[in-house]
Amino acid sequence: MAYTEEELKKELETKEYEYGFYTDIESDTFPVGLNEDIVRAISKKKEEPGWMTEWRVEAFRAWEQMKEPEWANIHYEKPDFQKISYYSAPKKKDKYNSLDEVDPELLDTFNKLGISLEEQKRLAGVAIDVVMDSVSVATTFRETLAEKGIIFCSISEAIREYPELVKKYIGTVVPQRDNFYAALNSAVFSDGSFCYIPEGVRCPMELSTYFRINQAGTGQFERTLVIADKGSYVSYLEGCTAPMRDENQLHAAVVELIALDDAEIKYSTVQNWFPGGKDGKGGVFNFVTKRGLCETNAKISWTQVETGSAITWKYPSCVLKGDHSVGEFYSIAVTNNYQQADTGTKMIHLGKNTRSTIISKGISAGKSQNSYRGLVQVNSRAANARNFSQCDSLLMGNNCGAHTFPYIEAKNKTAQIEHEATTSKIGEDQIFYCNQRGIDTEKAIALIVNGFSKEVLNKLPMEFAVEAQKLLEISLEGSVG
Amino acid sequence: MELKDKLVSSFPAHEGGTDVRSPLHRIRTEAMKQFEHKGFPSKREEAWKYTSINTLLKPDYSLFPEGGKGLEFEEVKRYFIHDIDSYRIAFVDGRYDEGLSAMAHEGFDICLMSTALEKPGYREVVEKYFNSTVNTEDSLTSLNTAFLREGVFVHVPKGKVVDKPVQILHFSTGSEPALLLQPRNLIVAGENAQVQVIERHQSLSDHPVLTNSVTEIFAGKRAMVDYYKIQNDKLSASLIDNTYISQERESHVSVHTFSFGGKLTRNNLNFYHRGEYVESTLKGVTILEGQQHVDHHTLVNHARPDCESHQDYKGIYGDRSTGVFNGKVIVEKEAQKTNAFQQNNNILLDDKATVNTKPQLEIFADDVKCSHGCTIGQLDDDALFYLRSRGIPAREAKALMMYAFANNVLESVKIPEVQARINKLIARKLGVRMGFASEE
Repeated sequence: MAYTEEELKKELETKEYEYGFYTDIESDTFPVGLNEDIVRAISKKKEEPGWMTEWRVEAFRAWEQMKEPEWANIHYEKPDFQKISYYSAPKKKDKYNSLDEVDPELLDTFNKLGISLEEQKRLAGVAIDVVMDSVSVATTFRETLAEKGIIFCSISEAIREYPELVKKYIGTVVPQRDNFYAALNSAVFSDGSFCYIPEGVRCPMELSTYFRINQAGTGQFERTLVIADKGSYVSYLEGCTAPMRDENQLHAAVVELIALDDAEIKYSTVQNWFPGGKDGKGGVFNFVTKRGLCETNAKISWTQVETGSAITWKYPSCVLKGDHSVGEFYSIAVTNNYQQADTGTKMIHLGKNTRSTIISKGISAGKSQNSYRGLVQVNSRAANARNFSQCDSLLMGNNCGAHTFPYIEAKNKTAQIEHEATTSKIGEDQIFYCNQRGIDTEKAIALIVNGFSKEVLNKLPMEFAVEAQKLLEISLEGSVG
Repeated sequence: MELKDKLVSSFPAHEGGTDVRSPLHRIRTEAMKQFEHKGFPSKREEAWKYTSINTLLKPDYSLFPEGGKGLEFEEVKRYFIHDIDSYRIAFVDGRYDEGLSAMAHEGFDICLMSTALEKPGYREVVEKYFNSTVNTEDSLTSLNTAFLREGVFVHVPKGKVVDKPVQILHFSTGSEPALLLQPRNLIVAGENAQVQVIERHQSLSDHPVLTNSVTEIFAGKRAMVDYYKIQNDKLSASLIDNTYISQERESHVSVHTFSFGGKLTRNNLNFYHRGEYVESTLKGVTILEGQQHVDHHTLVNHARPDCESHQDYKGIYGDRSTGVFNGKVIVEKEAQKTNAFQQNNNILLDDKATVNTKPQLEIFADDVKCSHGCTIGQLDDDALFYLRSRGIPAREAKALMMYAFANNVLESVKIPEVQARINKLIARKLGVRMGFASEE
């Protein structure tokens, strides 16, 4: 019962997307295409105040002047932005107070994903702000959070109810004209999550959101804004799965994190959008802009497990503005079949005594391409900045590629920067060593891949680690035990 | 007039004397077209992101110097590695200087590029190798090809070992207010052949000099080529060096680059593997001060299985100097069992000094060992304290530590006299006496 790498490769190739299903909920969808009227209509539909509408229009005008970036190490047919419908919301617009009121079909969807709300609610103590096709339909644990003064709601609700907070922070970390996709998102974002943790409060539970792309032909443009006030702490989880579709779907999200003095934000992502079929057909285009700003003594930690999407273009970054602030980035990116991932981080050291850590693990199989692209920048005033980066790649088979593009720019003599990268395959000697000790090859491969990713998996919150394991299993089944 | 326009308009005059039917004419004309199309590189290009050559394009360069006065060997002796016997080819303001040179034609050829291009006896070698490894997309290489006039031609046939190192020196005397030099070298080492080359560019005045040099090296089966670049020019001089190396099965090629001088230095070092079991070594020490800028841009293209490459670049940057390292390792699908190693260590001495580094890996084969490491830091305070507590003054203690930092690059230099000379240059650059006489 020898399990060779050959067999593993075969299994990887034949492993189909398990979560491909389509939930039939009536939605109200805008006509395809994008112009200023559509942007205004989205804003109107969401009953937004005038300043927000103008903000969107400003972003749209900037976007019109911009060109799609081409520097990333990915190749794809560019989406036609005039063939996308920019708004789609489930028709039943009532707000639910309990799960019983939620559309049973929707609940069924989540059951299929293995993340049933009931279970989550009862066992994990996770409040979930469910975003299904852009409009939030269920929010739980609101009351518990409200007691502490924590605001956790959809961004559209926040725009209506806490305009001063949103106005103060939105676009401060990712400005409207930051890049092509951020500008597009700023113009047409449909919904997303908003979270505010008041001064000195430690959020008692993991906040989490599940995004899904549901309606055929609708791109999803999420906007997330997390503000941790002075001395507060929050751990935020985001997970994605998407149903199987043949035409490419576009996802251009923006996530902004603001950690004020002494605050800490832990942002974890498990991304499993539809990666496209075995022949490279279909799949989600994931162009995400994620960035956090750290004030004095603050800490932002990004953890991501990227297993899905046909194209991933994602660089969760930290601007270490305050003195003594800390940025962390832990990532596992798995690509299989024809997937392409260009992901990494940027650590911008501006304050004194700032520290950052980057641990990136890339696993490529099939005919996929996996790139790490990172920037570590130490400004001339950032005395005693410290960075440690490690990028490891694991290649399975001879048709995939692993690439590393680290940019390191140091302008201060007290900077201490270390960068390390390795590329390897699962060694025959490693497997032999395990076999020799009575561990069969399948278990050995599982052990090695698990060990390879362990540094990152360990960083995931308990509630999420299970899900992450599950997704790794789907992408690399037979190798993770 | 912009330098580009000047170059374009003076091309026909330069090309006037050439036989229009010769393949050389075709190569030059095509290269000129390529340069005209692409122009000088700008910071918008990824490969030139951290290095701007705009300021280098300002002076009104003389393209065809009249050939200055000859130089006496005693005047420039100190720029040679003079304590060993060697073959020498020296150029003064772009022209061959017979008095300073010692060529060879017995057993192997060490002579001028112009001779090789003109004499029918060399045609076979020239046609086979000349301009065959260069990246024709690179505009500066194309510019060199278009204006190529002179350089060094080394041909070591099968089984021959060149008994003495070959020294290539380019002097500029300042006879022109500003000078653009474009030397072109071709080094062909046949099967089992061995050769060592030392190259140096030296300006003798404070007039601006820009050198855009292209060197092609071909190493046949089991051939060994050792190349040393000593870059310790005046602050008025800048150098853009493009070296292309093609290696056959089991050949060893190593290139050591020592960058201490010059205003702006850009080293484009490209290795292409054409056979199995090839070994490539790329090493460098860079010590800068003032507003100097050095950019090491390396490419190792692993195209065949079982090859190895080692890169080790050390940089020490003081004042407002800038160091750039952009190392790219490509491992193609066929290149299984590749062992590629890349290391870049940097020390920043001052607050205004900058290091930009980008060690890049692109891997398409699975059974490979590829790693790179990169560090930026400063001298260890504890070690400094240790030395000072034992009575070594701060300056010497620092120099000692920097010397140790650069030392493992020096260790692999195979010519003891070159090693000694580099030691002296480092001591001089660090401003300490370490028992060496002052030499340049």
